[in-house]
Amino acid sequence: MSLLKSREAILALAIIGLLALIASRFPGFVAPANLASAFTDSSPLILLALGQMAVILTKCIDLSVAANLALCGMVAALMNGAGIPLPLILIAVIALGAALGAFNGILVWTLGIPSIVVTLGTMTIYRGVIFLLTGGAWINAHQMSPAFKAFPRMVIAGLPVMAWIAVVIIAAVALLMMRTPLGRAFYAVGGNPHAAVYTGISVGRTQFAAFVLAGALAGLTGYLWVARYAVAYVDIAGGFELDVVAACVIGGIAIAGGAGTVAGCVMGALFLGIIKNALPVVGISPFWQMAISGAAILIAIAFNAQSQRAPGRIILKQAEHRT
Amino acid sequence: MTTIQTGRQIPDRLTSPFSRALKSWEALLLIVAAAVFVINSLASPYFLDPWNLSDATFNFTEKAMIAFAMAMLIIAGDIDLSVGAIIALASTVMGVAMTLGAPTPVLVLLGLGTGLACGAFNGLLVARLGLPAIVVTIGTMSLFRGISYIVLGDGAFTGYPASFAWFGQGYVFWVITVEMVIFALAAIGFGILLHRTNFGRMAYAIGNNATAARFSGIRVGRVRFILFLLTGLMSGVAAICLTSRLGSTRPSIAFGYELEVVTIVVLGGVAILGGSGSITGVVLAALVMGLVTFGLGLLNVPGIVMSIVVGALLIAVIALPRLWAMLRRG
Repeated sequence: MSLLKSREAILALAIIGLLALIASRFPGFVAPANLASAFTDSSPLILLALGQMAVILTKCIDLSVAANLALCGMVAALMNGAGIPLPLILIAVIALGAALGAFNGILVWTLGIPSIVVTLGTMTIYRGVIFLLTGGAWINAHQMSPAFKAFPRMVIAGLPVMAWIAVVIIAAVALLMMRTPLGRAFYAVGGNPHAAVYTGISVGRTQFAAFVLAGALAGLTGYLWVARYAVAYVDIAGGFELDVVAACVIGGIAIAGGAGTVAGCVMGALFLGIIKNALPVVGISPFWQMAISGAAILIAIAFNAQSQRAPGRIILKQAEHRT
Repeated sequence: MTTIQTGRQIPDRLTSPFSRALKSWEALLLIVAAAVFVINSLASPYFLDPWNLSDATFNFTEKAMIAFAMAMLIIAGDIDLSVGAIIALASTVMGVAMTLGAPTPVLVLLGLGTGLACGAFNGLLVARLGLPAIVVTIGTMSLFRGISYIVLGDGAFTGYPASFAWFGQGYVFWVITVEMVIFALAAIGFGILLHRTNFGRMAYAIGNNATAARFSGIRVGRVRFILFLLTGLMSGVAAICLTSRLGSTRPSIAFGYELEVVTIVVLGGVAILGGSGSITGVVLAALVMGLVTFGLGLLNVPGIVMSIVVGALLIAVIALPRLWAMLRRG
C-alpha cells in the first residue's frame, strides 16, 4: 500500500513540477482561472480514462472509446437538430454509449473473443456508422441550438459545467471502485481470474459491466465534446483512444489488469492534459506536442515498471532471510 | 456461463475446438477470397482488367509486408503499434537526405536503417527493460511520428529522384509491380523463417509460455528483440515503397496503418494472445482485405464504409468458429 501511495505521490510531484516549470516562464499559466480551464480541457480525457481504467483493470482494453464518443456526439448533434430537448439528448447519448459498450462486452463475455480484437473491429464500425448517418457531412456551430452549446460552458461557482461533471464522475467512480462489490470485482477479475471464479465472481459479466461503464462515459463525453467545440464530424477525436490508454498507463493502471487507483488515473489524465494545454502557452510549436507526449508516456511507464517490479524483489529477500 | 481466458495453456490450445477450426482457417479464408473475387468480377466489368488488378495490389502490399513480421511478433506474445509511425519517421529521414541530394541507394539504406533503429528502440524497451509492448509502442508511436512533425511541420518533402520511383511505381514483368514482388519475397522469407527454422519455433514457444521457453534454454529476450528489429525493418521497407509510390513525404503518411496491419494479422488466424498462427493465413487475409476494399472501391463505396465492412469481417470471422463451437456444445 505504501508503494501504491508513493506512485501517486510521484505523479502529484510530477504534475506540480510540471506546473512550476511552466510557471517559471509563464506565471499566468498557474493563475486559478487558467488552471481551471486546463482542468476543463482535460475533462474529456479524465472521463474516458476512468472508463478505460475499469476495462483495463479486468484485463481487457477498449480501443473503441473514441469512435463511441464520436458516434454519440454526432447523434447528440443530430437529435439537437431535430429539436429534441437537452435532458432527453443527454439520457439518449449515455444510453447509446452504454449500448455500444455493451456490444463490445457481449462479444468479449459470451464468445470469449480477445477485447483488443473486438474493439479494433467495433472502432472502425462505429466510425463508419457516423458516415452512414450523415453521408460525411459536418454539423457546424450555426446548426446547433444555443442551449445545446451553452450547457457545458455554463459557469457554476467559477467552474464550467463540463469540469463539474468531471468532478462528479470522478467521485462516483471512486465510490464505485472502493465501496461497491462491482468495483472490487473489477480488481478481483484482473488480479486473478481463476481465484475470482472460486469466490463466485463471474469474470465475463464483470468485464461486460466494465465495457458498459466505459461506453456510457464515452457517450456522455461525446455530447460534451461536440457541444463544447460546436462541431461534429466523422473524424472527431481521431486517435484519442490511444491518448486515453496512455493516460491510464501514466496513472499507474497496470496494463495486465488488477492494479491501479482512481486518483492515479485522474492524475495521469491531468498530466497528459496539462502538457498538451501548456505547450502552446509556453510557445513550443504544436508540432512538438506528439513527440513530447510520447516521451512522457515512455518515461512514465519506465517509472511504473520500476515500482511494480519492486514487490517481487522484496518477497524474494524475505524468503532468503528465512532460509 | 463463466469463461476464463486460458490463452497461454498449451493443452487447452491443442484440444479446443477453436484450435481445430484454426487448422482449416486458411481454407475458410481461401473460400472467402474466391467468393469476393467472383462477386467483384460479376459486380463490375472493370474488375478483371489486368492493369486494374495490378493496381489493386497497392491496397494491401505495403501493409502486408509489415503484417508478416507483425504476425511473428504477435505469435511470440508481443505487439507493435508504432509501425505506422516508423514509416513516417523513415520517410522523413529519407526526405531530409533527399533534400541534401542523396542518391537513391543511400535513400534506401537510410529507410531500412531508420526502420531497424526504431525497431531496436522498441525491442530495447520491451525485451531489456521488461515493459509491456502495447504500452511502449503506444508511446513510441507518438514519439516517432512526433519527430516527423517536428522536422516537417505542416510541410512536405517532394521531388524524389526519378530512379527512386521504381520501388513504388515500377513494374518487373508486364503488370507485376515491384511491390508485389517484394510482398511475395517477404511472404516466402517469413514463411520459411516462421515454419522451417528454429527461430520460428522459438517464437511459438515464447508465445505459448515464455517462462517454459526460458527454462528450456531459449534466450527469450534476444528472440523478442530480434522480432522487434524485423518489424522495424519491414516498416522501413514499406516506408520506401509508400514514399516512392506517393512521391512525397508528409508527417501524416501511413496514419492508422498499425491497426490495419494488426487487423490483417488477426484475420489471418494469428491468435492475438500469442502462440499460434501461420504465414499462409496472413497472406490470404491480406488478399481478402485487398479484394474487398478494391471491389467496394469499384462500386464507388466510400472508404469509411469499407472500414465498416473490414471491421465487421474481422469480428465475424473470429466469432464464427466460436459460435459454432458453442452451438455444438449445446
